[in-house]
Amino acid sequence: MSQSAAPVLEARQISKRFPGVRALDGVSLALFPGEVHALVGENGAGKSTLIKVFTGVHRPDAGELIYDGSPVAFGTPLDAQRAGISTIYQEVNLVPMMSVARNLMLGREPRGRLGVIDTAGMYGEAERILAGYGVVTDVRRPLRTLGMGAQQMVALARAVAVDARVVIMDEPTSSLEPREVETLFSVIRKLRDDGIAVVYVSHRLDELYEVCDRVTVLRDGRVAHTGPLAGLERLKLIALMLGRDLDEVRTGGLTRFSRDRHRTGDRDGAQPAVQAVGLTRRQALRGVDVSVWPGEVVGLGGLLGAGRSETAKGIVGALPLDAGRVLVAGLPLRTGSTTAAIRAGVSLLPEDRKAEGIIPALSVRENIALAALPSLSRAGVVSDAKIDKVVEVFMHRLRIKAASPHQPVQELSGGNQQKVLLARWLAIRPKVLLLDEPTRGIDVGAKAEVQALVDELAEEGLGVLLISSDLEELVEGADRILVLREGAVVGELSGDDVTEDKIMASIAERGAESDG
Amino acid sequence: MTGSPGREQVSRVLQQHGALMVLAALVIVGSVAFDSFATAGNAASVLVSSSFTAIIAVGMTFVIISGGIDLSVGSLFVFGGVLAAYGSQYGLFVALALPLAACGLVGLLQGLLIARTGMAPFIVTLAGLLGVRGLMLAFSDEGATTYLVEDSAFARLGQGGVFGLTWPVYITALLAVAAMVLLQRTAFGQNVYAVGGNEQGAALMGVPVARTKVYVYLMSGLLAGLAGVLNAARLSSGVTILGIGLELDVIAAVVIGGTLLTGGAGGITGTIAGVLLLGVIQSLINQVGNLTSAFQQVVSGLFLALVVVAQRLLGRAQRLG
Repeated sequence: MSQSAAPVLEARQISKRFPGVRALDGVSLALFPGEVHALVGENGAGKSTLIKVFTGVHRPDAGELIYDGSPVAFGTPLDAQRAGISTIYQEVNLVPMMSVARNLMLGREPRGRLGVIDTAGMYGEAERILAGYGVVTDVRRPLRTLGMGAQQMVALARAVAVDARVVIMDEPTSSLEPREVETLFSVIRKLRDDGIAVVYVSHRLDELYEVCDRVTVLRDGRVAHTGPLAGLERLKLIALMLGRDLDEVRTGGLTRFSRDRHRTGDRDGAQPAVQAVGLTRRQALRGVDVSVWPGEVVGLGGLLGAGRSETAKGIVGALPLDAGRVLVAGLPLRTGSTTAAIRAGVSLLPEDRKAEGIIPALSVRENIALAALPSLSRAGVVSDAKIDKVVEVFMHRLRIKAASPHQPVQELSGGNQQKVLLARWLAIRPKVLLLDEPTRGIDVGAKAEVQALVDELAEEGLGVLLISSDLEELVEGADRILVLREGAVVGELSGDDVTEDKIMASIAERGAESDG
Repeated sequence: MTGSPGREQVSRVLQQHGALMVLAALVIVGSVAFDSFATAGNAASVLVSSSFTAIIAVGMTFVIISGGIDLSVGSLFVFGGVLAAYGSQYGLFVALALPLAACGLVGLLQGLLIARTGMAPFIVTLAGLLGVRGLMLAFSDEGATTYLVEDSAFARLGQGGVFGLTWPVYITALLAVAAMVLLQRTAFGQNVYAVGGNEQGAALMGVPVARTKVYVYLMSGLLAGLAGVLNAARLSSGVTILGIGLELDVIAAVVIGGTLLTGGAGGITGTIAGVLLLGVIQSLINQVGNLTSAFQQVVSGLFLALVVVAQRLLGRAQRLG
């Protein structure tokens, strides 16, 4: 943290407009060599835009970028990269079908005789570099055969290996396991000690406090705060991000689940709303039993890859099962058919809303009505009036912020897209809702609203299965928690046992990974 | 969580070398079943007739790996042939340079349109297909004028040769080897894979996406023109009725060779195997004798469908692995 030096990269009064949005409005930020600088803010605060200005993807409308003491204008990401500004993105932006080594070395392959690529040298170099990041693998394999964590490490290694002076990380840990996060942090600290400036974007406050020196909070395209992170109270930081009064945040708690989490569900002689028995799937699930009673929120805890998403997908038939069966209100459900699951009233809100959920070019209205169309039509003809009514009800109830029901979903923020998806499933009146990471990647305000909604739905008698990597969300949201590890249920917590400590203890109990 | 590497590897090998294996099997079956199949003469005839398709297919492989398609190659093939025959009256150099310049220019224009304006390759090269054939017809009075090759040095380029094979076969082999090196061992080749595998990611990694695309279509245009030139030399004339639907045969050969139509994966070896496979099927059907050449298209079609189904299954095996 030798911050007496001049900044290596500095944004001065940067503004950037997009049609209808002022994404950045006079933002200034100085990055010093050897610091880890946290960049935080709600979705739509302008973080992504600022990063894209730094990396030459966008050109600012006003203001200037000072790099190494002189003004610069990067035309392309390549220009920025050549100058020494490297970026790793939230979604790994490599080429899945190319080999690990070729991804890592793309653009700077070692040359042999006649100027052709020295393949053996390239593989050796790639292995050597990756070993430094704790990734030991056959570098000739296609990248896509690696786990997400390892892919992220390849992206990081690639970004750092190009003699970077500034490394920008956009939510680098969103798909990493705790062990991999530790590796990442040690790499970040090493970069810092080498005098590299690191910009660290994350929604995870724990991580910020662990690894960052200073923080800049963006809100609505402006800088809300810049300063050292140590000594800045967490609640104060959240208040800055939300633009709310500190006291308001304090009374509201960190999540918006009601404090009363002793619902036990409606069990009087009834059947569980959904019951899965012995779900088994090669390399993913080893005999998972889960039941959700009407009116309760069951949380699934565990590390990445423990089989949480697979359990949810297995229940709705989106993942072929080798063994196991699913009962809905006591009646067996045909496995392997999502249509049967939806008819029986079991819906899944998937983790990857871009790939598995929304249809970007369709309007809010069409996206909401999609699953409910059979119930909104007679003899195959859809009733517009009925759709309008349903759409109106849910847009209002879920507080979906859109210009009109006819606005394409892709123009909405992540949080509102998630609400549209929720509305889609609620419109078909499910009995059980499976939520896979419902608040990942959405801003704090929308998060709170989704959490409050989950609570409300359970109160109304819906059975909810909640998957979340955010322990706090899990603890405050769930009435009962099943802990998964390596595709099996290793613990069940309910009542006062539902605490972060107990979940972690349960994960660690018989876990070989607990040391990591 | 990546599963059994064995299975993954098997499916990858099948994907890359499946066409080669089927080719070998067919050659063996053909040799056993028909006395006149495994003769030097028949082999030479398969190689010679395949060489023109192969040259175009090499260019098409680059295009498809980059995530695009080039429908103009059939028209460029015949255009190149007619221009070469016309140019041959001014000597060997003009016979070569004129068609290559013209076809390269068309390829370059298509590449620029696709890369710089973001227009769909299918549409741009469809326009190329129609426009170039029209240009060729205008040039040859609706196809009424047939240009004969007048330069004998140029004719020898298509008809002469050594060891029972004509020069086009050797030229094809040289081009294929050069293309392999280009694709596997140069930065340009890597960029082609990267652009086809994840265009946005490639741009963020600093790959010159637009430039790579322009080169790919330029190359495809040049190679289609070259194939036309060699064919004109072989036939001693620029025949105006050739090449209709040739682009589809070429695409079929490339896909049968294991190159994914969605881009990002594939290779020259597979393409050559795919071209030869179609040639051998044709030759086998000729051996049977009482079957018409229409039957060859039925078999090729069935085979293509089979390959696409197999790729789908293999792709799934690799992902689940």
